[in-house]
Amino acid sequence: MPILTETVAFGDWFREAANWAFLIIAAPTLFGAWRTVTSNNIVRAVLYLVVALAGTAAMFLMLGAAFVGWTVVLVYIGAVVILFLIGIMITRAPVGADTVLSHNREVKLPAALLSVVLFVVMAWAMIDAFGASMIEAFEPTLTSDLANVLFDRFVIPFEVVSFVLLAALIGSIAIARKDDEGDRR
Amino acid sequence: MTLVQFLLIGAALFSMGLYGVITRKNAVLILASVELMLAAVNINMIAFDTYLQDPLHSGQIFSLFIIALAAAEVGIGIAIVLMIYRNRQSADVDELNLMKG
Repeated sequence: MPILTETVAFGDWFREAANWAFLIIAAPTLFGAWRTVTSNNIVRAVLYLVVALAGTAAMFLMLGAAFVGWTVVLVYIGAVVILFLIGIMITRAPVGADTVLSHNREVKLPAALLSVVLFVVMAWAMIDAFGASMIEAFEPTLTSDLANVLFDRFVIPFEVVSFVLLAALIGSIAIARKDDEGDRR
Repeated sequence: MTLVQFLLIGAALFSMGLYGVITRKNAVLILASVELMLAAVNINMIAFDTYLQDPLHSGQIFSLFIIALAAAEVGIGIAIVLMIYRNRQSADVDELNLMKG
């Protein structure tokens, strides 16, 4: 199936300044994601996750979604990564360079094959369906517009998510609390 | 900008997250890989929201919901890992074979 005939010509693509900004953002994002899943140092793997998530936040800013972008910075980079580091410190995970954090080659090869096949299938479907779609000039989303929709049309889901967060908070306290009768350690 | 460049980045992040979930042994790193997959989904949401110029901004709203639920998931996940570590002195998921037949 000739899919490349409908896509945008590469020469035109490189003539747009925003696409160079996209490449500058995308390269560290992919590198950070790659090192997150392959690094042998557990603390470095989590810190590379910061790079990947900061790249996604920058992409949200490129797409005019400023509020979501800064929420990613605050919630993911600010809170979730710190939570990961606390988890690593509490479970006294092996921090040295020669520790085994991943499975051996028997698992890695099929996993890599599966990931590559998944990526190729998804990429083929995306190029086939949206290969010629351009993102037209857009106005950045105003946070006030987002708030109006969130507290008008989506107020019930918003309350449900708040309730889930509350339940998760109480649940994690109940799970992580030490038992009263005798320390099982 | 084309739409497909953002979709491809999302697909690449999702595939890498899947690779991490399968190959990692440490429970905390598996949770980190799941975060990568959720970030990939968020990129798709925002890209389609901007592409469709949705007046309701459903993509951005739902990516906010995903971020909130991911935070809840990590909180619960770290608590479970902590409890497993207390009982088994290990955060290695391969050693949790109590229910193995």
